[in-house]
Amino acid sequence: MSNAQSLDIPEDLQEDDRPKWDNKFQYILSCIGFAVGLGNVWRFPYLCQIYGGGAFLIPYFIALVFEGIPLFHLELAIGQSMRKGSIGVWNNISPYLGGVGIGSLMVSFLVSLYYNTILAWVMWYFVNSFQEPLPWSICPLNGNRTGYIEECHKSTSVNYFWYRRALNISSDITDSGNLQWWLVLCLASSWAIVYICIIRGIESTGKAIYVTATFPYLVLTIFLIRGLTLPGATEGLVYLFTPNLNILKNPRVWLDAATQIFFSLSLAFGGLIAFSSYNSQKNDCEKDAVTIAVVNSMTSIYASIPIFSVLGFKAITGHWDCLDRNIISIINEFDLPDQSILRDNYTAWLEFLNTTHPKKIAGLKLRNCDLQEFLDQSASGTGLAFIVFTEAIILMPGSQGWAVLFFIMLFSLGLSSMFGNIEGILTPLSEVRIISKSVPKEVLSGIICLISFVTALCFTLRSGSYWLEVFDSYAGSLPLLIISFFEVTGVVYVYGIKRFSDDVKWMTGRQPNFYWQVSWRIISPLLMLIVFIAFVTLQTQKQPSYGAWNPKYEGFPMKEEKDYPAWILAICVLLVVIPCISIPTVAFYHLIKRVLGRRKRKDLNPVNTLSMAPQEN
Amino acid sequence: MLGVLLLVFSLVALAHAELCRPDAQNAFKVRLSIKTALGDNAYAWDASEEYLFKAMVAFAMRRYSNKETTQISNVLLCNMTERVSFWFVVTDSSKNVTTVPGSEVEAAIRMNRNRINSAFLLTDNTLQFLKISSTLSPPIEPTVPVWLIVFSVVLCLVGAGILFLVLSGIRQRRKNNNESAENGDLEDKCDTPVTTENGIPCDILDLKTGRINGVYTADDERFTPL
Repeated sequence: MSNAQSLDIPEDLQEDDRPKWDNKFQYILSCIGFAVGLGNVWRFPYLCQIYGGGAFLIPYFIALVFEGIPLFHLELAIGQSMRKGSIGVWNNISPYLGGVGIGSLMVSFLVSLYYNTILAWVMWYFVNSFQEPLPWSICPLNGNRTGYIEECHKSTSVNYFWYRRALNISSDITDSGNLQWWLVLCLASSWAIVYICIIRGIESTGKAIYVTATFPYLVLTIFLIRGLTLPGATEGLVYLFTPNLNILKNPRVWLDAATQIFFSLSLAFGGLIAFSSYNSQKNDCEKDAVTIAVVNSMTSIYASIPIFSVLGFKAITGHWDCLDRNIISIINEFDLPDQSILRDNYTAWLEFLNTTHPKKIAGLKLRNCDLQEFLDQSASGTGLAFIVFTEAIILMPGSQGWAVLFFIMLFSLGLSSMFGNIEGILTPLSEVRIISKSVPKEVLSGIICLISFVTALCFTLRSGSYWLEVFDSYAGSLPLLIISFFEVTGVVYVYGIKRFSDDVKWMTGRQPNFYWQVSWRIISPLLMLIVFIAFVTLQTQKQPSYGAWNPKYEGFPMKEEKDYPAWILAICVLLVVIPCISIPTVAFYHLIKRVLGRRKRKDLNPVNTLSMAPQEN
Repeated sequence: MLGVLLLVFSLVALAHAELCRPDAQNAFKVRLSIKTALGDNAYAWDASEEYLFKAMVAFAMRRYSNKETTQISNVLLCNMTERVSFWFVVTDSSKNVTTVPGSEVEAAIRMNRNRINSAFLLTDNTLQFLKISSTLSPPIEPTVPVWLIVFSVVLCLVGAGILFLVLSGIRQRRKNNNESAENGDLEDKCDTPVTTENGIPCDILDLKTGRINGVYTADDERFTPL
C-alpha cells in the first residue's frame, strides 16, 4: 500500500501551474552554471599546483566518483520526484528532517550575501579597466611629488590598488571604519543585476543563463590561445602538471580533494533541488547528474590551463626582471660595455667575475634569481584574481582589453552561481505558507534582493574583507558538510533506499545499478562523515587567525597574523550553528508534538486504542 | 718661448685635469646605454658624439643663465669608459680655473633634459645623470574619472532593464486579470476546491455534534419512557 509520499500519482494530478524550464538544455545549463563558479577558476588550479600537479587529479577523481556524483544524483532525484523546493522536499521525506531544508535555506542566504560582494569587487575592477594606463599598474605620487606613496612603494602597485583603492582596508577586523561609497555603489549594482535576472524565477534566469553560463567558456578559450603564445607558458604548465606522486601520502591532499569536489558542485544549498523540481518527472536525472558533475570537473581542468600559462608568463617576466637588474648592477660597477652581458651568459659572467673580483661582487648584493621561486609564488581566491592575475595582465600587450574580458568572465561565472543560490532561497520561500500566494514573484524576489543588499553592506566597511573571510570559512563550509550528511542518511535510511530506488526507476526507467546502491548506502555517508571529522579536527587544531594588512607593521608588506577576538569567534560559532540548529530543533518539535498528541488521544479514547485516528502527515 | 707655451699648456691641462676628475667638486657622472635604447640602430660613441654632448651642456647653461658666456671649451669630459660613462664639469670662463657651482649645472640640465635626451635619441633611463634626479611626471588625470563614466553607463542599463521588466510584468498581470474577469463566476467556484462526499460539502458533515435528522426525531415518542 503506497501512501501519498511515494510516487504512484498519475500524471494528470500533477500541479500544472508550477513553472517549468523552456527546454532541457536550459535546465542543464542552469545546473552547470550553478556548479561552475569562481572556485573552478581560482581554487582548483591553486590546489593542483600545491599538491603535486597532475598527481592531485587522482584523489580528485576518486572523490568525484564516490562522493560528488552520488550526492549530486541524489539531490537532483529528490527534487525532481517531489517537485518542491528544499523545505517541501524534506518535509515530505520525513517531518523530522524538515530542518534540513531550513538549514539549506539559511546557508544559501548567508553564502549569497558574501558571494555577491565578491561580484561587487569584480565590478569595481571592471569599471576601472577602461583607463589607460591601468590604475593598478602605477603607484600614485606622494604629496610633494618627489616619490611614490610609501605604502605603494614598499609593496607593489597592484597590492596598493587592491588594499587601498578598492577595499580601503583597515588594519584590524575590529576597526570597522565607514562604508566605502564606491563599494556600496558597486554592491547596489550587483544586486540590481541579480534582481533583473531572477525577477521572475526560472523564467528570467533561464534566459539569462544562455549568456552567463556560456560566456566564461568563450573567454577561457580566448585566454587559452593567448596564454599559450606567451613566453613562459610552457614553464607554467609544466610546473602545474608535473606529477609528484609522493604527495598522495599526505592525508591533507585527500581531504582537500574531497572538500574541493563537494564545494565545487554546490551541494546542500537547495539550489539543485529547486532547479530539478521544475523538471517534468519523467526525466533521466541519472544521466544529467553524471553529465553536469563531469562537465564541472572538466571545466576546472580546462580553466587551469590558461591561468597557469599566464602565471608562468608572469613568473618568467619576474625572473627576467631580476636578471636584468643584476646585469645592470654588474655592468655599472665594472664599467663593461652596454649589453655585453645577456641573460644567457649571465651565470657564466657571474662565475668569472666572482673568481676575479669576489669582494666587489659581494658588495653589489645581487639577488639570487631563481625561476622556481617565482613559480612558487602561488595564490588562490581573491589574491589570485585581484593581485596576481592583474599583475600579469599589465605585462600583456593590450592590457585594457584583457582586463575587461577577464572581469566580465569572473562576473558571469559568479552571476550564474548566484542564480542557483537565490533559487535555493526563492523556491522554498514561495512554497512555505508564511508568504501569501497573492504576493507576485517580482515583489518577493525584490524583497529578498533588498534585504540581502542591506545586510551585505557590512562587507563594504573598511573591515569588510576580513568579515568576508569569516563568512567564507565558517558559514560556507561546515554547515554544508553537515547538511549533506543528513541529506544522504535521511534519504537512504529514513526515507528508505528501496523506496528511493523505485522512485528513480519510475523517473528514469531503470533501477539504479550496483554502483549507485553501494555509493548511496555506504561509501558516500562514510566519506561525508570522515571529511566532516577531519575538517573539524583541522580547523580546531590551531587558534583561528587572519592576516591583516597593516602598513605600520614592521614586516610590511607581509601580512600581520592576528588572532580573532572572542566576540568574533562567537560569531563564527553562530554562523556554523544557526543553519545546523534547525535540524535538531525541527526534529525535537515534531517529537514533542507527537508525544503530546498521543497523550491527548489516550485521554480522549481511554478504551479504544486502535489506530482509527488519522496518521500524522 | 716655446718652452713657456708648453709650460702654460701643461699647466692648463693639469688644471683641467684637476677640475675634472671622478668625485670632484661640481662634477657629474653621466652614463649612457645606447644599445639598450636603440638596439640595432645604435651608434658608436666617438669624439664627435662627445663634441655634441659638450655642445648640449653648453646650450643648457646658456639657456638657463640667459647669458651667452658658456663656450663648448668650458665643458670638460674625463674618465671615459667602455660602458659609456664619463665625468663632466663646467668651468667658468669669467673666473679662471673654477667650476660653475653644481646646483646651477643641475638646474640647467633639469630644465633642458628633454632637449638633451632627444639630441642623443635617448630617454631619462638610458642617458643618466647620476646625481640629478628627474622630476616624476604626474599621471594624467582626466576631469571626470573614467570609472565613473563606465559605472553610470552600467547603472543606466540596469535601471532601464528593471523598469522594463517590472512594467511588462504589471501589464501581463493586468491582461491576465481581464481575461479571468471575463470567465467570471465559473472560475471562482472552481478556485477553491471543496471536498464533497455524495454531493454534500464535507465541512458540514464534520460537525462534531451531529445533525438532527428530522425523520427520526418524531419517533422518540414511540418508545415508552423509562
